[in-house]
Amino acid sequence: MINLVRNEMLKLLRKKRLYVIVLIIAFLVPLFTYAQFKEIQDQREKLGNQDWRTVLQQEITDTQNRLSSSRIQDEWRKYLKIRLSQQQYYLENDIDPRAPGAPTFMRIFVENSIDLLLPLLVMVIVADLVSSEASGGTIKLLLTRPVKRWRILLSKYLAMLLSVSFIVLSVAVLSYGISGVVFGYGGWNMPLLTGFSVSGDELITDNVHIVPQWQYILMEFGLVWYVCVIVGTLTFMLSVLLRSTAAVMGIMLASLIAGAILANMVSSWESAKYFFMVNLNLTNYVSGMATPIEGMSLGFSMSVLAVWGIAGFIIAFVTFSKRDIY
Amino acid sequence: MSQSPALEVENLTKRIKGKQIIKGVSFTLFPGEVFGFLGPNGAGKTTTIRMIVGLISPTSGTIKIGGRNVRTDFTEAMRHLGCIVENPELYPFLTGWENLEHFAKMDPSIPKSRLQEVITLVGLSNRIHDRVSTYSLGMRQRLGIAQALLGRPKVLILDEPTNGLDPAGIREMREFIRQLAREENLSVLVSSHLLSEIQLMCDRVAIISKGSVIRTDSVQNLLAEQERVIWKAEPLPLAKQLLSEETEVTEGADGTLITLYNEPLLPDWNEKLVKGGVKVKEMRTQLPSLEDLFLEVTGGESID
Ligand SMILES: Nc1ncnc2c1ncn2[C@@H]1O[C@H](COP(=O)(O)OP(=O)(O)O)[C@@H](O)[C@H]1O
Ligand SMILES: [Mg+2]
Repeated sequence: MINLVRNEMLKLLRKKRLYVIVLIIAFLVPLFTYAQFKEIQDQREKLGNQDWRTVLQQEITDTQNRLSSSRIQDEWRKYLKIRLSQQQYYLENDIDPRAPGAPTFMRIFVENSIDLLLPLLVMVIVADLVSSEASGGTIKLLLTRPVKRWRILLSKYLAMLLSVSFIVLSVAVLSYGISGVVFGYGGWNMPLLTGFSVSGDELITDNVHIVPQWQYILMEFGLVWYVCVIVGTLTFMLSVLLRSTAAVMGIMLASLIAGAILANMVSSWESAKYFFMVNLNLTNYVSGMATPIEGMSLGFSMSVLAVWGIAGFIIAFVTFSKRDIY
Repeated sequence: MSQSPALEVENLTKRIKGKQIIKGVSFTLFPGEVFGFLGPNGAGKTTTIRMIVGLISPTSGTIKIGGRNVRTDFTEAMRHLGCIVENPELYPFLTGWENLEHFAKMDPSIPKSRLQEVITLVGLSNRIHDRVSTYSLGMRQRLGIAQALLGRPKVLILDEPTNGLDPAGIREMREFIRQLAREENLSVLVSSHLLSEIQLMCDRVAIISKGSVIRTDSVQNLLAEQERVIWKAEPLPLAKQLLSEETEVTEGADGTLITLYNEPLLPDWNEKLVKGGVKVKEMRTQLPSLEDLFLEVTGGESID
């Protein structure tokens, strides 16, 4: 089995996809670093040399003002209220939520890329893992070896897991390494709040507790990895089912983008919460953001993703072991 | 041929989308023989081969490679098999060496030294470390055979191996296949839609048409039966009249007469012509075309 996985990794490396992914990340991180840097600078300029508490107070007032406007939608109002109570909590407990530093950047970067950017990168790697063997005809040589079909597919699945882990690790290393040049590398121990949950309009703070940022980041990266594995598994299944890599990418791309759109507008269509693509934003549960649909929680979203992942895994293996190869 | 068979195919059938593509194919390959699988395009050669190598599952029938059932004992059966189905499709982004290494790693019983052996055998040593995307079709074909030979198989299956090769390449391939059968005691199954190819490299042949094997025989028997004699003689009408008293005569396109080849009687026919005052200018034997063979064995049914 180790030899089989090695073969798959060799093919992956030779196709240069992983390098491209690393290049994309290495290109995007400085871009966002600069954006973040600009934002901080902008705020500083606007507010003079004020203390962050004053800034946070300002934001709170800002939110309150917006809340008092009568022309805002219910959804938006709900979100603002939650945000407000969270901001107030930070202020009361003397925690600067936006203290600059590479770990903070890493955290923000990963929170923003969990539902679209990272799944897209995973998709680019995984989409042709099986379909390219079928369209290139090499599957005929691969499946006429003295190795059972499920073992060959398993080696590909393990190669997928390794690649996904590599992508997540690259994001961590690159976002930390590159942004640190601008923001400095400190801030691992900054205290952060987690354990928020939302029930109706209320931000429930019963379980809120303080964790050091490194622990918080570790937690988020775990969730990111989980999401990437699920997206990888589903792409993998499509790659088994379809001969055309373009079709695999098309379907995944459409679902992921649909997920991003749905997450913003489905609050009244309750059963939409069973779609995997609406449940990708797991880090939101950690930071205490509003959920797209009521009744969603970290446990719920993880279970929905697990069900989709397991189903995809089973479909992939059953089809691959039985299918006629023309 | 008292040895145990290397490949046994029995009553193989395949239905695809309600259509019966293969209708009960049976044949047996013995060690050291080159077996031809001859039939026009669309006859079902590739479909049969895909079933033998385990790429598609038969609707019914059994396949045994080296005595092992492909369905119930897949890995053991595959240990005795090397194949190229249709085109030799290898990984274009890897070098020839890496391709071989890739497939060798999939079978732990293949020692590393075997790579160099098969490379030398197919004569690819010069270019083995170049990417396959830079290879010519002939080189890909040879690399394909090299990967098929990695596991020292008992049975080698080649689906239209000379397709797309130039005449020199075809001859080279033919000699190589014969050499493999002779020196390595390998059974080779070669499919083709060209009789000329099959007759030059095979010992026995199965003729397949519309999913059924309509005849299995040694190449010699099959051809001898159908071999013709072309006569050039003057005057033509007299020659035709005299010959038709002895055997069936047809007129060729270019002023020739065609009769069956009947070795013991041929001198007598010739004598009769000469005595009857006919000048026999030329007598030559001609092998039948695949079309002729088909007309004969299918009893007048055309090949498409
Ligand atoms: N996947 C398929 N679906 C439907 N029909 C097929 C399929 N593959 C092959 N056939 C049909 O089976 C017949 C035999 O095809 P094939 O085995 O490729 O012939 P050959 O290799 O002798 O040229 C053809 O008539 C072809 O149309
Ligand atoms: Mg064919």
